[in-house]
Formats: sequence, C-alpha cells, structure tokens
Amino acid sequence: MSDVSFVRHDQIPPSPPPAREAGLVKWLRENLFSGWLNSILTILAVYFIVRIVVGVYPWFANGVWEGNSLADCVAALEGQSGACFAILGERWNQLLFGISYPSESYWRPFLAFVLLLPCVSPVLFSNLPRRLLVLTLLYPFIAFWLIWGGTILTPIVGLIGFIAAYYAFLEGEKRSGFVLGLIAGVIAAIVVWRVGGMLSGAASGFLAFEPVASRDMGGFMLNMILGTICVSLSIPLGIALALGRQSSMPIIKGICVVFIEFVRGVPLITLLFVANVVLAYFFPPDANIDLILRVIIMITLFSAAYIAEVIRGGLAALPKGQYEAADSLGLNYSQAMRLIILPQALKISIPGIVNVAVGLFKDTTLVSVISMFDLVGAIRGPILGSANWTGIYWEVFGFAALLFFVVCYGISQYSQWLERQLQTDHRD
Amino acid sequence: MSTIPDPGVRQDGFRIGMLINDTRYRAYTFQFIALLLLLLGIGYLISNLLTNLERNGLDISWAFLGEPAGYDINQRPIDYTSQSTHARASIVGAINTLIVAVLACASATVIGVIAGVLRLSNNWLVARLMSIYVEAFRNVPVLIWILIIFLAMSNALPQPRAFRGENATSEVWLDLVAFTNRGVYIPAFENGSGSVVFWLTILASIIGVFVYRRYARNLLYSTGRMLPTGWPSLAILIVPGLVMYFLLGQPVGLERPELKGFNFQGGIHLRLSLIALWFALAIYTGAFIAENVRAGIQAISKGQTEAAAALGMRPGRIMNLVILPQALRVIIPPLISQYLNITKNSSLAIAVGYMDITGTLGGITLNQTGRAIEAILLLMLFYLCVSLTISVIMNIYNNSVKLKER
Repeated sequence: MSDVSFVRHDQIPPSPPPAREAGLVKWLRENLFSGWLNSILTILAVYFIVRIVVGVYPWFANGVWEGNSLADCVAALEGQSGACFAILGERWNQLLFGISYPSESYWRPFLAFVLLLPCVSPVLFSNLPRRLLVLTLLYPFIAFWLIWGGTILTPIVGLIGFIAAYYAFLEGEKRSGFVLGLIAGVIAAIVVWRVGGMLSGAASGFLAFEPVASRDMGGFMLNMILGTICVSLSIPLGIALALGRQSSMPIIKGICVVFIEFVRGVPLITLLFVANVVLAYFFPPDANIDLILRVIIMITLFSAAYIAEVIRGGLAALPKGQYEAADSLGLNYSQAMRLIILPQALKISIPGIVNVAVGLFKDTTLVSVISMFDLVGAIRGPILGSANWTGIYWEVFGFAALLFFVVCYGISQYSQWLERQLQTDHRD
Repeated sequence: MSTIPDPGVRQDGFRIGMLINDTRYRAYTFQFIALLLLLLGIGYLISNLLTNLERNGLDISWAFLGEPAGYDINQRPIDYTSQSTHARASIVGAINTLIVAVLACASATVIGVIAGVLRLSNNWLVARLMSIYVEAFRNVPVLIWILIIFLAMSNALPQPRAFRGENATSEVWLDLVAFTNRGVYIPAFENGSGSVVFWLTILASIIGVFVYRRYARNLLYSTGRMLPTGWPSLAILIVPGLVMYFLLGQPVGLERPELKGFNFQGGIHLRLSLIALWFALAIYTGAFIAENVRAGIQAISKGQTEAAAALGMRPGRIMNLVILPQALRVIIPPLISQYLNITKNSSLAIAVGYMDITGTLGGITLNQTGRAIEAILLLMLFYLCVSLTISVIMNIYNNSVKLKER
C-alpha cells in the first residue's frame, strides 16, 4: 500500500448543461417543438399569425381618424388600403347614446354610467364597508332620474314607497306572519305611490331635467340599460322560480316547471316579437306601455327561467343534511331558506349566474331585430344606411365587438376572482 | 303505554285556522291560493285580449294558413312558388331552420372538440391561440359575428362575372365548387337508371361497417381474439359501392355548376346568408363547446391515465378506452344545451335574410296577414317541439354513456 493518496477537498464546479437543455432553446424544444406533430402545429400557427398581422397591421396603421365621409377617407388614403376610423369619431354619440337622445343631455347617461361602478362595487367586493350598500339601493332611483329626466320627485316617491313597504312588511310579519306582512307591504307601497304620484304630478317642474321618452334611448346605452335592469330583476324572480320548482307542492311545482321549460324552449327573438306585437293585447285597453318596458318584461322573464335552472342546480348540490339541520333547529321555511339554504346555494351558483348575465347582456343586441336602435341597431340602420358611410363595416362592427368584449371579459374575470374568494373548502 | 290525547285540542275537529296553522293543510291552502291567483291572472289577460281584439275589430282565425302566400323564398328545399299557401311557406322555413341547425351543430362539434383538445396541448403557441379564439368568440354577441361574417363574405368573395372569359380572375375550385358573393355553388348528384340500387348498396355498406365492428367487439369480449377494424371497415364502406358503380354502368353522375349568362346554373346553390349563418353559428358555438370539452378532459383525474399506463396500454388506447368514455359523461350534458342554443340562435337568420321559419312565418307572413298572435304561437310551438325533441334524443344518448351504477 502506498502512502500517496489523493483526496479532493473542493467540489468540481458543475459543467454547464448542454446548449439544448438550457434557456430559450430548452423552452422552445419543450413547448413548441417537442415532436413532429407539435412542430407542424407550431409552424402552422406561426404562419397563421404572420398572415393575420401582415394583413391587418397596414390596414390598422394607415387608418384615417379625421373625416366626415367614406369619400374623405378614400381621399386621405391615396390608394393605400387602410381603415376608416373617422366614422367612429363622427358617429361617436350615436354609437353610445342612439339617434334621438337630446345631445345637450349626453352628460346625464354618462354620469349615470360613471356612478354605476362605485354604486355596484359594495355588492361586488365584500371587503368594502357594508354601509356603502345604501348607495347601491339608491342607485336605481338616481339613474332613473338622470337618464329619463323629469322631476326628482318621481324617483323620490318611488323610493319612499319601497321604504314604506319594507317597514310595513316588518311590522306585519312580526304580528301575523310572512304572508300577511307581504300583503301589508304591497298595500303600503301602493298607497304611497298613489298619493306621491299626485304630488309629483302637481309639482312636475321641481328640480326637473328635460324628460326623455323611452323610445329615444339607443346605442350602447340601451344595451347597458337593458342588461343591468333585466339581470337585477331576474335574479329575485329566478330564485322564486327555483324554490317553486323544488317545492313539494305539486301545483306550484307544476306552474314553475311549465314556465321554465316553455321559456327555455323558445328563442329570445320570439319573445321579443311577443313584446313587439302581441304583448300590448294583453294589457288593459287604455294602458299605454311603451316598447322598452315591454321588452324589459320579456327579457326579464327569459333570463329568470335560465337563472332559476342555475339556482336549482345550486340547491340540488347542497347536502340533504343542511335542510334537516335547519328543520331540527326549528326554523320555518322562510327562515331556513334565508339563513341556511340560499346563502350556500347562491354561492355555488355564482359562476352560472354570471354566465347567464353575460349571455343576457350579449342577447340585448337582439332588440335590433324589432327595430330598436341599440348599438347594433344603430349601426345597421342609420349609420350604415347614411349615404356618407355606405360600404363600411369592419370598423364599426369591430368597435361594437370590442365594447362588448371589454364588458363581458371583465365580468367573467370578476366571476373567476369571486369564485376563488368564496372558496371555503380546502382543496389542493 | 298508550298515548294520551291532548285535552286542549279536539282530535277529530277541524277549525278554519288549521288551514293556515296546521302543516297538514297549509300546503293545500297555499296551492289553492296559487291556483286561484294564476287562474285570475290568466282570466284577466284573456279578458284584456278579447276586449282589445273586439275594439280593433280582429278575431283569432287560422284561415290565413290556407291562403296564397304571395312572396318568394329564395332558398327552398321543397317545391314552393309564390302561389303556395302560407302553411307551405312555413314548412319551407321550418326545413330551412332544421338544415342550418343540423349543419351548424355538426361543424360546431368538430370545431369545438379540436379547439378544446388543442387548448390543452403542451404546445405553448397553439394553446394561447386557442385561448384567444375561445375568449374572443365567447365574449362578443353572436348577432355581431353573424353580421360581420355575412358582410365580409359578400364583400370579399368574387362576383359571378369574375369567373367569365379568358382572363377570369377567379376559377371554380377543383372544377366543382364556386365561391361567389351570391353564395356557394356545389355539384349535385344526377341520378340515372339503376341509381336506386347504387344508393341502397351504399346504405347497406354503412350498416355493414357497424355490424362488423359489433361482431369484432363481441368476439374480443368473448374469446379475447382481436380483429383489425380500421382497414376492413374502410373496405366494407368503399368496395361494394365501387363495384356496383361500374357494374351498373356509372348510374350516378355529378351535375357541376356552370356559368351561364350572369349567374351559375346547375348544381346546388347555397345562399350566402345560409353559409354566413352556418359558419357564424358553428364558430361561435364551437368556442363554447371547446370550453366544455376542456372541462370534461380536465375533470378526469391524472391517476386514470397513470393507471392505464401502468396496465401497459399505449397512449392511443388510453385516450380511446379510458379517458374519452369518462370525459364524455361530463361533456354531453352541456353539449345538449349547446345544440339547443344553436337551434334557438338560428332564428337570427332574420338578420341576414335567410328564410328560416322566423323569416317566413314570423316575418313576412305575420306582416302580410297581420295575424300576430296566431303566427307567433305557431312559431313558439315549433321551436318548443324542436327543443324537446333534441333534449329527448340527447338524453337517451346520455343515458347510454352514463356510468352504470349497480
């Protein structure tokens, strides 16, 4: 045995990984070229993207933003291909507010839209102070006053009617139960509205904006109005229908099932036709209910049926033990629903409700078929029909698509965030 | 120990108060009130209706269905002239609705499955592209897509006269299909003598393929012997038809679209409105189906793939025998509602002038005769029947792939 031994004291620094296993190359190999099929797909995708970019970029970059007609754009482009975004500038107000909304009052719906965000946020974000919910409850009345105009007394009377109904309901429920409380509330509201209606009719000039008729609403504003009103009205209706469908009473269950299945079986367009030409026959002969209200009624019924199905799914997903627990605590039906069942069922149904809401908001474009001038209706009718802009479509429809995309994508991102917030189970 | 009756309450007595306080009777009270309110409401609406009809001098009558329609329908799968009745116009419209719905359902399924699978692909670029596709189409109203596609096609496709002459700028694709801004012209079959035998042979070979596959599967399950299915199926499908075709002396020919005068003649003319509606519905609903497919595949736990791999299965078989059958159970219920959505959204045909039932019965017939209530009632009944039929058929299919629980 020799004495000479060699022991290394320090570690050899690791040699760098081969070039194909590091950095960008590795990423490319793993994510784009991991096999022959993937490589073909990548090449196809790159070709597709290049084609799109080469086709669209010059069109977009050459776009003309100034001008009063398509002829101006053609002149400014001097034979190059390019977009004519001038139409957006020239027709901006028509796209947003419709054809016949008085132009000096554009700030009113704009303000209503701006107020919408802070007023809805207490509902959307539960970490805001609960006291802000008052804003949300006040918002419909403020928005009504701003958009439709008229004296401020009308929405105030409406508000007082609701407050009176609420207190009458509380009082009536305490004394003689839920049903009688409901009746008391309805009576109180009707009394207040009757009396207040006379008062506000007498003082119609008090703090009044120039009134705007419903038929003058249009543009993207009309889509927003229909979307928000119909979604907020259809959620309570949908809850009632879902509870009715789950009920053990055969007649109530039957009514709800027939209604839900009928509405879900027909297209929205047929319901809009009903609103347009048939619904007026079912009202009292001298009642003059305008088209926008009839459309709101039909769209609300339509989306209520879909929301009812979503909530029914949520109710069905709750374990039976929750119902039994509520019973064993001695809660009656309305207490059990309000305190135990619905909070959980609604939480499960949030993604579905948001889906329905997004779908409904998109479907508000269908009112253009019954010749209302919403965003799509305004584009198809007066804008593309005017002699100045015949033959232009990508720019305006692209703009419409962009508006809807921003709103709908925003809502769906919010719903995913909310789902993560509300997750109380401990998965992963 | 016998139960002692509560002295305060008479056991067999019935008081009015029990209708609201006793849970045994309360349900009946509520239902009675609900029924009463419903009947009162319906009665109120109907009395309003009758008053209004009387005031306007109208009545409810179905006689308009038998009167001549007096308008033309450009896309007519069955014989129709402007002298035909309103009822026949409605039937033409109904068939047109079904045509576009079936076409769109089939292509939306194909698009959706491909996009859904590619969105899960480990190819970064393709997955991103598919996400963009899905989000872009899901978040924009289908009406806007229909209009954009219709306008883009009618502006971008060449006019029929571009196909004419020596220096034609466009040519008929493969000498079979002509894309013009008036629509797409595809060849039609020309049935000569003996063509019935030929078509029966084709039908028989399609059935034969299913019979053979069933036989092979039963053989596999009972004896474990595996027969090849791919090539034999193809052979059964093609060979008898081919033999018959030449045996009968080429009974079936193709009638090609040809440019005559200002327009194409011969073949089948698919209107641009049909093509645009079909394409828009397919690509819009395809985005939704892609999401359903993705959710379905992701719902299958990774352990299933690993277990199948541990059993020694090859990747193709893992997909076919383990993943897909389970994913289908998750995918099919939402797929049913997408098919229903396509059928209902096909009523947007009215925006591009495709004469579906909403365009004929709910559009021109309604406007000409003024029979709004009758026409819309029939229209709703039609869609209701179609919706119910689709759900019944798809639910039967759903039950057949459902997990069989014992």
